[in-house]
Amino acid sequence: MSSLTSKHLLGLRDVPAEEIQLILDTAKEMRKILDSDNKKASHLQGKSVVTLFYENSTRTRLSFEMASKYLGATAANISASASSVTKGETLIDTGRTIEQMGTDVIVMRHSMSGAPHLLSQYVNCSVVNAGDGMNEHPTQALLDMLTILNHKGTLKGLKVAITGDILHSRVARSNIWGLRKMGAEVVVSSPSTLLPANIEQTGVRLAKDVTEAVQGADVVMGLRLQLERQKKALFPTGREYSKYFGVGPEVLSHAAKDCIVLHPGPVNRGLELTTSVIDADNSVINEQVHSGVAVRMAVLHLLTSK
Amino acid sequence: MLILQNIRAVDPGANLDKVCDIVIEGCRIVKIAEAKTQNDSNAEVIDGTGLVAFPGLIDMHCHLREPGLEYKEDIESGTKSARAGGFTGVACMPNTKPVVDNSAIVRAITSRAKEVGSVKVYPIGAISKGLQGQELAEMGDMQEAGIVAVSDDGRPVSSSSLMKKAMMYAAQFNLPVISHCEDLDLVDDGYMNEGYTATVLGLRGNPWASETNMVSRELILAEYLNVPVHIAHVSAKLSVELIREAKARGVQVTCETCPHYFTLTEEAVGNYDTNAKVNPPLRAKEDLEAIIAGLQDGTIDCIATDHAPHHVDEKRVEFAQAANGLVGFETAFGLSYTYLVETGKLTLSQLVEKMSLNPGLILGVGTRLAEGECADITVVDLNQEYTVEVAKFLSKSKNSPYDGWKLKGRVVHTIVDGRI
Repeated sequence: MSSLTSKHLLGLRDVPAEEIQLILDTAKEMRKILDSDNKKASHLQGKSVVTLFYENSTRTRLSFEMASKYLGATAANISASASSVTKGETLIDTGRTIEQMGTDVIVMRHSMSGAPHLLSQYVNCSVVNAGDGMNEHPTQALLDMLTILNHKGTLKGLKVAITGDILHSRVARSNIWGLRKMGAEVVVSSPSTLLPANIEQTGVRLAKDVTEAVQGADVVMGLRLQLERQKKALFPTGREYSKYFGVGPEVLSHAAKDCIVLHPGPVNRGLELTTSVIDADNSVINEQVHSGVAVRMAVLHLLTSK
Repeated sequence: MLILQNIRAVDPGANLDKVCDIVIEGCRIVKIAEAKTQNDSNAEVIDGTGLVAFPGLIDMHCHLREPGLEYKEDIESGTKSARAGGFTGVACMPNTKPVVDNSAIVRAITSRAKEVGSVKVYPIGAISKGLQGQELAEMGDMQEAGIVAVSDDGRPVSSSSLMKKAMMYAAQFNLPVISHCEDLDLVDDGYMNEGYTATVLGLRGNPWASETNMVSRELILAEYLNVPVHIAHVSAKLSVELIREAKARGVQVTCETCPHYFTLTEEAVGNYDTNAKVNPPLRAKEDLEAIIAGLQDGTIDCIATDHAPHHVDEKRVEFAQAANGLVGFETAFGLSYTYLVETGKLTLSQLVEKMSLNPGLILGVGTRLAEGECADITVVDLNQEYTVEVAKFLSKSKNSPYDGWKLKGRVVHTIVDGRI
C-alpha cells in the first residue's frame, strides 16, 4: 500500500482501513519534518493548494495552509464571504474557476453536507473535505487518531468514549467511521435530543449516561456544543448540560488510569469539559493541533503524488 | 373511424376484461364487439393482438408549472410527457406563479391547454389565497371556471381552523380537498427521512411523524364534520394504518401514493443524489411495505405521479438547497406494472382502478370502455421490456432517479377524444 485509491478525500466512510493506516504512517514521517529545525520540504513543490472556506475556521484552515507551505506548495485562501459566492455564483462554478488557475487541490469547508462530494464530480483536481455540514471532517478524525497513536501505540482494541452533540457533529461521524475501521470500540453519550437516529447501526455502543460511556475508557473525546442549539430547545441550559452531560474530574475518574482527553476545539470551557479537565496533564488538546498539521501534510502529499 | 382490433379490454369500472374489438367514431366509443368481427376499409385499424386497452390513465397530482415557471415545464411539454406516459387527463396543482387562486388564472390554464395541450388538463385551485394559509380562495368561482379540486399542495395548511373551514366550504361545492400533510413544526427544516441514512450522510431529518400528525388531523376533521378529504402522496406506514382505521369507521377519506414510495427507499439518496430528494422524503423499507399493503387492501385508492419538474440548475446544487421533486409521467405506468402487477401484489384490474377509475371518481372526470363513452383510451404492451432513458423524456426537465432502470409494460398508444 503506497497510494490512495481515490484522488479526493471526502470522508473516512469511503476510505479502507489500510489507506487510513497509510495516511497515519505518512503523517508520522511528516511530523519529523514539522519538528525539525528546517521546516521546508519539497513534496508539494510545483503544486498548488487552495482553501475554499464557506464557514469560519481558525485551526483547520491555518493548518492546511501551513502544511502546504512546509511542503513547498503554492497556497492561497478564498473565503465565500469575500468571493463571487456573495454575487450568487454556484458552488460548481466557483470550484471550476479556482481549478482553472492551476489548482491541484481544493480544500473545502461548507455548511452543507455533501457539498464537497458535489464539487468533486465537476472538477478534475483533488477535493479535500475540511468539514461539510453534519457529515464528515476526515482530517480531524485522522489527527485525532494520530494523537491517540502517539500515546497508545495502537488503535486496535482501545475503548474510545465520544460525548456531546453527536447529531450535529461531523467530527463524531468521521471518528466513528475511522476508529471502527481501525479496530477501536466506540461508545457514545449525548442528550437524546442531540443524538442522530439509529446511531447504533454505525457500530457504536450507546451508553445510558456519560459516566457509563467513560467507564474504563482509554480515550475520552468531548465535542463542541454550539450554544445556538439551546435556542432550538435541544437542551434547557448550559448549566444543566454541564451537570449531566459534561465531563469533569468525577466523571473522568471512571475512565482508565492512563486515559487521555481529546477535544476538536474550539472548547467552551466549563460546558463540555471543565477547565480542570482541559488543562490536566492527560489532556492532549494542544497536541491535536500539532498532529493536525502533520496529517494534512500527509494527505496533501498522498493526493498529489498519485 | 378507428378500430382497436382483437385487443384485451380491461375496465374495472365497466366490469370488463375480455378480448374484443373497440370501434371509435369521432370522440366516442361506438361499439365494443366480439374479437376480430369489426373491419372497415375506411377505418384506421390497429392490430391489438397481444395489447391491452384501459380507460385512459388519470393523474390526479402533477405540476405543469405554467404560468410563470415555464423554464421547468409548460402545458405543452408537460402534457406531451403525460401522453407519452399513457395519461389522457392530468390534474395540475396550483403552486404556479401567480398561484391558481382565482378564476382568471384557471381560465388562462384551461384555454392554454385547449390550444397546446396533448391531454386533458384539470386545474386544481388553491385552498387559500396565494397559498398563504390565511384566507379561503374563491372556490366556487374557480369551480365555474373549471377546477376539479382544491389544494395548497407544496405547502400544508398549518392552521387547523382554516382547514376545518376549507373542508366545510369545499364540501358545499362538492369540491374535493386534497391535503398535503406535513406538520412544519415537526419537519423543523429537515429534508430527508429521519433515520439511518440521514444519520450516515449528516442530512437533517424530517420524521414520518410530521406527515402522520397532519394525516391524523385531517381524519379527525373529516370525521367531525362528516365531509370528504383526500390525502396526497402518502409515504409513511402509520399514515396508511390511520387511514385504514378511519375508512373502517366510515370516515370519507381517500388517498393516493406515488410510484417512488413503493419502488424506492431513503437509500436511493446514495451519495447525495438530489434526484432522489422529494417531499415527503423517501422513507424506510417498512414504510414501502406498508404502502404496498395499503394498495393491496384498498386503503390507498390512487397512484398519482406528483410529477414535479425542476431545472438542472435547481438540482445540481448542495443537497440541502436542491428543489424537492421528480418527474413522474413517463415512468409511472412502467414502475407500477413492474413492481406491483408483475410481482403479483396487484391484479392488472386493480392497477387500472388506481390509475384511472378511482382518480376519475374522486375528481368527477374520466371515462369507461363502453359504448357511447368518451374515447380516452390507453393501450399498453405488457410484454415489452425496456430501459428508462431519462435523456429522451418529453418533459422539459430530467430530474428522475430512474435512469437505466429496466421496466416491463410499455405504453404504445394514448388515445384522447378518439385521436391517436
